[in-house]
Amino acid sequence: MNHTALHDTHVKLGAKMTEFAGFDMPISYTSITEEHRMVREQCGIFDVSHMGEICVRGPEAEQLVDRLFTNDVAGMAPNQVTYGMMCYDDGGVVDDLLVYKFASDHILLVVNASNIAKDFAWVTSHNNFDCKVTDESPNFSEVALQGPHAQTLLQQFTDFDLEQITFFTFRTITVNHHEMLVSRTGYTGEDGFEIYGAHDDIVELWDALLEQGGEHIAPIGLGARDTLRFEVALPLYGNELSKDITPLEAGLSFAVAFDAADFIGKDALLAQKETKTSRRICGLKLLDKGIIRHGYPVFAGNAEVGFVTTGYIAPTSGETVALAMIDRPHDKLGSELEVEIRGKRKKVVVISKKFYNKKYKK
Amino acid sequence: MSKIVKGLYYTNTHEWVKVEDGFAYIGITDYAQESLGEIVFVELPEEETAVEAGEEFGAIESVKAASDIISPVTGTIVVVNDELEDSPELLNEDPYENWIVKVDLEDETELNKLLNADEYEDICE
Repeated sequence: MNHTALHDTHVKLGAKMTEFAGFDMPISYTSITEEHRMVREQCGIFDVSHMGEICVRGPEAEQLVDRLFTNDVAGMAPNQVTYGMMCYDDGGVVDDLLVYKFASDHILLVVNASNIAKDFAWVTSHNNFDCKVTDESPNFSEVALQGPHAQTLLQQFTDFDLEQITFFTFRTITVNHHEMLVSRTGYTGEDGFEIYGAHDDIVELWDALLEQGGEHIAPIGLGARDTLRFEVALPLYGNELSKDITPLEAGLSFAVAFDAADFIGKDALLAQKETKTSRRICGLKLLDKGIIRHGYPVFAGNAEVGFVTTGYIAPTSGETVALAMIDRPHDKLGSELEVEIRGKRKKVVVISKKFYNKKYKK
Repeated sequence: MSKIVKGLYYTNTHEWVKVEDGFAYIGITDYAQESLGEIVFVELPEEETAVEAGEEFGAIESVKAASDIISPVTGTIVVVNDELEDSPELLNEDPYENWIVKVDLEDETELNKLLNADEYEDICE
């Protein structure tokens, strides 16, 4: 199994470890609920070094990425970050990712750990352009610093004014005496940063942030990473997104630039947009007792009308809610449906999937 | 190191059984609650339902996932610990004090197939 550079640190901190995408990763250090609350109220640091970094360099780097990415790459300014997907011809999703544009000849793709090999093969197999694609994943460590105190804390380690790194932009700056790439991005619904650097530098920064932050920061495992992204309805590949689910069905049309360069899957998505998707990701609230989980079927009377993609007791509200793919017209707010939990039908109602309002600093 | 209580019977699916006057009290072990993490819901069976050794009779939900509770014995569930309905966290706090169901045993010799504390300790390592 793969280890990130912070593996020993997690073990020393007493984390409960689990296998995730081929990496031995921390699921939780204290408790998922406590870690979740720390990020919402103060600050948390996550080891996300398992994420993949694919580098595209050369005169036609921008053309290659625009050919694959649902969002507009040519229209991005240098130092901008954009979220979007790579799709198959039929509109199904290869992966969702962040695109970092240094310049039109230098672009970084940050992809899901579970999809690194697939994505790298996908990008290289479409490289009919004058540019070079390399998998840099093993060369970088990455941490996410998320929560209302993130900026104040990180500012203590750099002379660069972090106010200048606005929402979804990045800079290569000196942090804790080392050069790092810092973007104001994250996957929690809070303000915060994602920080990429050399392995030893990131390990050093992790320790320094925890020491400096004292009681106002905690290390956060993958357990709370999932509940945090879930509460703000951010999709997880394999749950809300897959090769069988299109970005439009997942409610991600904001990340599909139909008016920009042609990309693989555009025609299929355009057709789907014109006819309207037959289903979409909704929020569900459980009215009975229990917890609704990924994969449970959803019914309207005797008809199966969807499936749960992610479900939890939302740590902030304490309500049992879920994201689910629901066939129209059962997707309407207030629709009363049933979810089958271990063979028993339980009542649910369709609600807004915004279980918690994002607190981005835009 | 998780706690193991002497004198109880155990299963390799991490349930414990305490026998008193022909009745079996069934709970989950300290090892089980530790691996599950925060327990947020317990799905309890109805009283007066028949259970069979090796079959699930309920489920424990942690923040992250659901796991079945497997009955170590055959018999009839005569009492369920309904305190767990509102306070599932009791299973984290003291897993050996908070039994889940009380079963009227059909065949006490079945207990011989279960693990003792020492044998259970071996599988937890």
